[in-house]
Amino acid sequence: MTAGGALQEKGLLRFLTCGSVDDGKSTLIGHLLYDCNEVSEDGLDLLKSQSKTVGRAGDALDYSLLVDGLMAEREQGITIDVAYRYFSTPRRKFIVADTPGHEQYTRNMATGASNSDVAILLVDARKGLSIQTKRHSKIVSLMGIHHLVLAVNKMDLVDYNQQVFDDIERDYAQFAQKLGASNIQAIPLSALAGDNISAPSPAMPWYDGPTLLSYLETITIRDKVQGKAFRLPVQLVNRPDLNFRGFSGCLSAGTMSVGDKVRVGSSGALSSIASILTPDGEARHASAGEAVTVTLGDEVDISRGDVIAPADDPASISDQFAAHVIWMHQKPLLPGRQLQLRLGCQSVNASITQLKYVVNYEDNSQTAGKTLKFNETGYCNLALDRPVVFDTFKNNRDMGGFILVDKLTNETVGAGMIAFGLRRADNVHWQAMDVDKQARATLKAQKPCILWFTGLSGSGKSTVANVLEKKLLAQGRHTYLLDGDNVRHGLNHDLGFTDADRVENIRRVAEVSKLMVDAGLIVMVSFISPFRSERRMARQMVENSEFIEVFVDTPLAICEARDVKGLYKKARAGQIKNFTGIDSPYEPPEQADIHLYASDKSPEALAEQVFADLEERNIV
Amino acid sequence: MAEKPAYLTQLEAQSITILREVAAQFEKPVLMYSIGKDSAVLLHLAMKAFAPAKLPFSLLHVDTGWKFREMISFRDKLMKKLGLDLIVHTNTAGTEAGITPFSHGSARYTDVMKTQSLKEALSQHGFDVAIGGARRDEEASRAKERIFSFRTKDHRWDAKNQRPELWNLLNGRINSGESVRAFPLSNWTELDVWRYILAEDIPLVPLYFAALRPVVERDGMVVMVDDDRMSLEADEAVEQRMVRFRTLGCYPLTGAISSSAANVAQIIEELSDSRLSERANRAIDHDEAGSMEKKKQEGYF
Repeated sequence: MTAGGALQEKGLLRFLTCGSVDDGKSTLIGHLLYDCNEVSEDGLDLLKSQSKTVGRAGDALDYSLLVDGLMAEREQGITIDVAYRYFSTPRRKFIVADTPGHEQYTRNMATGASNSDVAILLVDARKGLSIQTKRHSKIVSLMGIHHLVLAVNKMDLVDYNQQVFDDIERDYAQFAQKLGASNIQAIPLSALAGDNISAPSPAMPWYDGPTLLSYLETITIRDKVQGKAFRLPVQLVNRPDLNFRGFSGCLSAGTMSVGDKVRVGSSGALSSIASILTPDGEARHASAGEAVTVTLGDEVDISRGDVIAPADDPASISDQFAAHVIWMHQKPLLPGRQLQLRLGCQSVNASITQLKYVVNYEDNSQTAGKTLKFNETGYCNLALDRPVVFDTFKNNRDMGGFILVDKLTNETVGAGMIAFGLRRADNVHWQAMDVDKQARATLKAQKPCILWFTGLSGSGKSTVANVLEKKLLAQGRHTYLLDGDNVRHGLNHDLGFTDADRVENIRRVAEVSKLMVDAGLIVMVSFISPFRSERRMARQMVENSEFIEVFVDTPLAICEARDVKGLYKKARAGQIKNFTGIDSPYEPPEQADIHLYASDKSPEALAEQVFADLEERNIV
Repeated sequence: MAEKPAYLTQLEAQSITILREVAAQFEKPVLMYSIGKDSAVLLHLAMKAFAPAKLPFSLLHVDTGWKFREMISFRDKLMKKLGLDLIVHTNTAGTEAGITPFSHGSARYTDVMKTQSLKEALSQHGFDVAIGGARRDEEASRAKERIFSFRTKDHRWDAKNQRPELWNLLNGRINSGESVRAFPLSNWTELDVWRYILAEDIPLVPLYFAALRPVVERDGMVVMVDDDRMSLEADEAVEQRMVRFRTLGCYPLTGAISSSAANVAQIIEELSDSRLSERANRAIDHDEAGSMEKKKQEGYF
């Protein structure tokens, strides 16, 4: 082999393998690595010794041991997480995403598929198409993969029978037609024995198609993004001195050239490309996949998250869209809860305003649902707190794929694919008013704020708030008390007590409180509001100094002993479901602005404590 | 310079994009510079990612005091030439306690002088992200690690509970005290690294190239006698052999291989035929099965 090799021309191909637990994915990849000389001598020694001790291939080599990396995986003989493998032939370099077939499959498969061009779908020749096969096909199609290999594995166990293969191929073609899939290549093989992996199988002379490896080496991925209008999401502004102001990013579509007229996504400002700096120096052009730094001909205000695009073919802008969302966390999605949405280099606050249906992967049907559980996929409407620049996922994976991040734990809890924008946000403006919050507050001679009372049912929230309001009124303050029970008779009478409804309940009350603060009032909110996330959302709707969280801290045992409304008794008897403190959680504030230890003080004393605090804050 | 193959241009662009995300998402990044070939590529990519501006990162070398002398002189010369400031951190408590690879065994020595030392340095300077040159093809547990790999306040890695990474979206959100290890070379293989070094003409420590060096054979490993701190057993004799190193670390723990490859092109040729894995000559990976995974959970790079 000559230095540098001759594997360049086809570049990089990324693919994923999927199939059920025992269909032989890891064995297949292990065998590919083995055939491509990617297994070292010491790796081979290890493989031989482990095949004897923990291997599950009898006397033969257990190739799956080359792939399963974590200790727990080797012990249990399963694949827990997406693993990436690398091999190359003289014609191409490959990156394989090996994704597990068991419970957490949707999350891991979607992750592996997100960067793949080809999917290899394994089917056990003895079993034919399974429910998993159909599920996986649907996920792969949802993730925008257009090239599929139907790998009919374990042909050695059906005596290399052509009829078995033909039947499976035909069944799958019928199923795939409904799915709208194209570019399917069926290959009969044995991952264990090595038939049709890299060399044509002498046991199956009736098959005249490509081996798996030659298919992977030669397939041309018609890169859909190359022919499209260019998109440069700006990662960062490069400004070493006053003479240079460049915008760095990786082109996600098309080709840009020096002199091109451009438009900047968020502001719509116009300019032109003055220079393009690539890793190899100055260039006249750059294409999708290249990491560049460009300068523009005009002083334009651009920051991270903006998208530079052709003046006559810019990306869409919206603060609402419809999208498929895959939920990736053990705790279910609660529509209405605020999450961080990351798309390209943009980060905004978002919430799912409507869950239209849950996708049923087995039969491709749709069912109604109020939440999304771990590994479920839903079709949703999302609303953002400011517009983002995007393209549909179908047109551009990088401009239409997003992740959802929990704002408290920072975990990535979901991923989504934009179907379309729901409106052009730039056509909807805030109506500017001449009389503002300041003017209304000045007239009332007070500082508007929200006093958010949170605590268990029966803790004394409403009682304390009521005493406090009387005191404020007596002093000539303008107030309003929003009480959980009362609001549920009117504005929120359509909501129940599931987690999802509780989130929506609080969202509406927070919006109403915000309007009342805008009206210049001192608003008291007396709601159990059991979740930190929603209290935090309410806090973020107003100025930080305008939100005062009051924790009415009465131990559960005391609330239950009081049981003013007889609710605890009913909850214990199972007559009321989802009762906070009994079978629904309460998350106490970590740092309440005012902490009331309410078990041994009178409501008057507690109201006095809040009042004193308000004086200190110059609110009264 | 050799022509850069298309796939290397793709890998290069992806790594640069990752480095820019690090700069954009974190407040105080540090690039781990270990003097080896992967660090050399990482540093080269970082300079490209932010040109014409200067590197927006600090550089950190965790020095155990047992690196090859040639590594240290190469390091100091390169930093001077590039005009970069390097933080060199040594676990002085470990040095004072007399912990050496000879006296305490590789496992204990590595824990104190590398893992603990690294954690100490990261905490001391308050870095919220550390960029490393690790690759997924190096070792089985690395194959599952994320590009942005979350660490708890105690620098621990939870392999079973990692953030999914989709498309090019990297989630670097952390709370105060937590941190991320970022791996821009995740998708590179050892051969990719060498081909890139060839194409870009990146300078390396001469130890990578074959030369006559003074070595002894000990426990099946060919060890270079780099200074007089290494005392010889009765049956050991220093001999001059034509050797080179596939990876570089602490000289008592890094085995040499017999080779005549004296330049990058020859190394690529040798590797293309080679059937020994890259870390086969590293003592610390062989202590017990799953040893890298355990070390990583505890905070090792």
